[in-house]
Amino acid sequence: MIDLWIFGFSALTVAATLGLGFWSAGKSKTTADFFVAGRSVSVGWNASAISGEYLSAASFMGVAGMVMKFGYDALWYPVCYACGYLFLLLFISGPLRRFGAYTIPDFAEGRYDSPLFRKIAVVFVLFIGFFYTMPQMKGAGTAFSYIFPGLPYWAGVLLIGGVVTLNVAVGGMKGITLVQAFQYWLKMLAISVPVFVLMAVHGSYGAHLGSNDAAAYPPEMRRALPEKAPADAKWIAPFGPLTTRAAAAAGLSEEQQRPYSLLYTYSLIIALVCGTAGLPHILVRFYTNPDGTAAKKTTMWVMILIGVFYLFPPIFGVLGRDLFPELYAAAGAKGTDKVVLELPRLLNIRHQPYGSILSGLACAGAFAAFMSTFSGLLVSMTGALAHDVYGRMLKPSATEAERLRAFKVSAVLVGAVAIALGMRVEELDINFMVGQAFAIAAASYFPLLFMSIWWRGMTMKGAAAGMLGGGLSALASVTLTSFSDLKLLPLGPFWAGHPLLRILCEQPAIWTVPLAIVTMVIVSKATRSEIPADIRDKMLVFHAPERLGLKKEYVREHQGPKPA
Amino acid sequence: MLESPGMKTGKLDLEKLMRRQLELSISCAAAFLSVLLLLPLANYIFPEAMARRVGGFTLTWLILGLLFFPLVWAIAWLFIRKSIELEAED
Repeated sequence: MIDLWIFGFSALTVAATLGLGFWSAGKSKTTADFFVAGRSVSVGWNASAISGEYLSAASFMGVAGMVMKFGYDALWYPVCYACGYLFLLLFISGPLRRFGAYTIPDFAEGRYDSPLFRKIAVVFVLFIGFFYTMPQMKGAGTAFSYIFPGLPYWAGVLLIGGVVTLNVAVGGMKGITLVQAFQYWLKMLAISVPVFVLMAVHGSYGAHLGSNDAAAYPPEMRRALPEKAPADAKWIAPFGPLTTRAAAAAGLSEEQQRPYSLLYTYSLIIALVCGTAGLPHILVRFYTNPDGTAAKKTTMWVMILIGVFYLFPPIFGVLGRDLFPELYAAAGAKGTDKVVLELPRLLNIRHQPYGSILSGLACAGAFAAFMSTFSGLLVSMTGALAHDVYGRMLKPSATEAERLRAFKVSAVLVGAVAIALGMRVEELDINFMVGQAFAIAAASYFPLLFMSIWWRGMTMKGAAAGMLGGGLSALASVTLTSFSDLKLLPLGPFWAGHPLLRILCEQPAIWTVPLAIVTMVIVSKATRSEIPADIRDKMLVFHAPERLGLKKEYVREHQGPKPA
Repeated sequence: MLESPGMKTGKLDLEKLMRRQLELSISCAAAFLSVLLLLPLANYIFPEAMARRVGGFTLTWLILGLLFFPLVWAIAWLFIRKSIELEAED
């Protein structure tokens, strides 16, 4: 039975996305419009668009589901997702914008004068990008089959993937900026309004969190915790089931488990904070700012916008545990991951049809979440193909018209591959896939950017060795974990004997990030003679104020000779 | 490729600017990291104190789930103001 409210809101979101996309596509004409939105997006629009792009399916549905399932430990996710931005602001966003490179590959080549390094970086952008599109596609597919119970999983993947690909192909970066800004505010509305209404009807955040607290409520006033919900001891306190899984599987006592949990927590924090600072689709957005100061101001606003957003999903998790414990019975997308969409329906019991209306609003927010993150990823991957592979490697002499066509063809190509991949990942967990993408980005891009911007002694070989070493060891260890979880490798007994190794493989950032940085330093010292000769000039471009006019733009309106 | 009148004389100034920008970034990062990294440690060492109830919340939930965000905003705001000031000075 299809709920008309849910159907109506979702259809409206998709229609508004397409409509806005086509409307602003009419104003995208030049290559710079397509790649960097004419490099003229104002702070307010850009901050809303980055936030819209950043709040993915994992943030909108996954965080609430994880808090509901795991309790306190899952709070690290929203906090670190938001705080990773601070690292971007402190160390990366301003210099990167000043450097004027459009893509990470541009940056890689510009900093090290090495076309080879550009190729390595292109491969990495596409790889992390596809890794991160898979969970978005999976979210779209599962939400779709929730709204239309009869329809298959692949229909949602196809619809959302198709709409976004069309949007990016016709409007490029400028076309999606407006759409993503709209989608941020839709998501904000969709997560906050149901929370306020639910709290007004069913009691506040603190009341639900403390409803089983013996000291605050005498037994006769205390609400009995639903049978299926996890008890306070394991849920509300730190070091719960999320971080102790490996140690618990090894059969350690509770006291023995605690150091392992602490280690897991630290590794998770490093992965999330450094991973945020290294996701290519977020970095690309800084180039749409007019200058480095605007880039910094944008980051500040992004932090406020996503920080306010992230206050809400944990509230859904807390309310869900008390009010809707039925969700604990099923797993993944049919279980707690659905809490944001399902919880508002409780209002229907007393206040028909407001529960359906709010649930419809939440579904609209979920659709906005899949679409905006996917469109950001699509633009950054399309940029890598059209700008780096076609415009720089295959045909550097291409005209403006050819570059535009290359952008559109690449968008369709990347979109098609992402849809095909998305159809194959129905079995995997959304948060798990996002976590892997973060772990890899944290150990490759973040060390690369941080060290390249702040250490003049870096050489191309040091950068490449560190990025590949860190990224590949993160990839290898998370792959090992997922293969054994999917029962493709019989490692269960081994993990039970070695909980420490299990944690280091499942959550590798605590050793892969230092590994990448140490490799960079050692290899760079060994190849000291290869430090680019004009390193001082490059550092000046990174760090000198813009008004000196030193930067070189990598995406230009005209490809003619540059004025001296 | 990069020629500007200030290039040669600007060498020393750049080093100064870079060092001061980096110092600013590092001190802001240190303020942020010390809270972020000490919280799990506090949970580990003082489980009872961190589980004290404040209006239904446990103390540690209140810090991580609510109070952490304003702290980060304050650090970011301070950083941007100082960083723009630094650039304007040189």
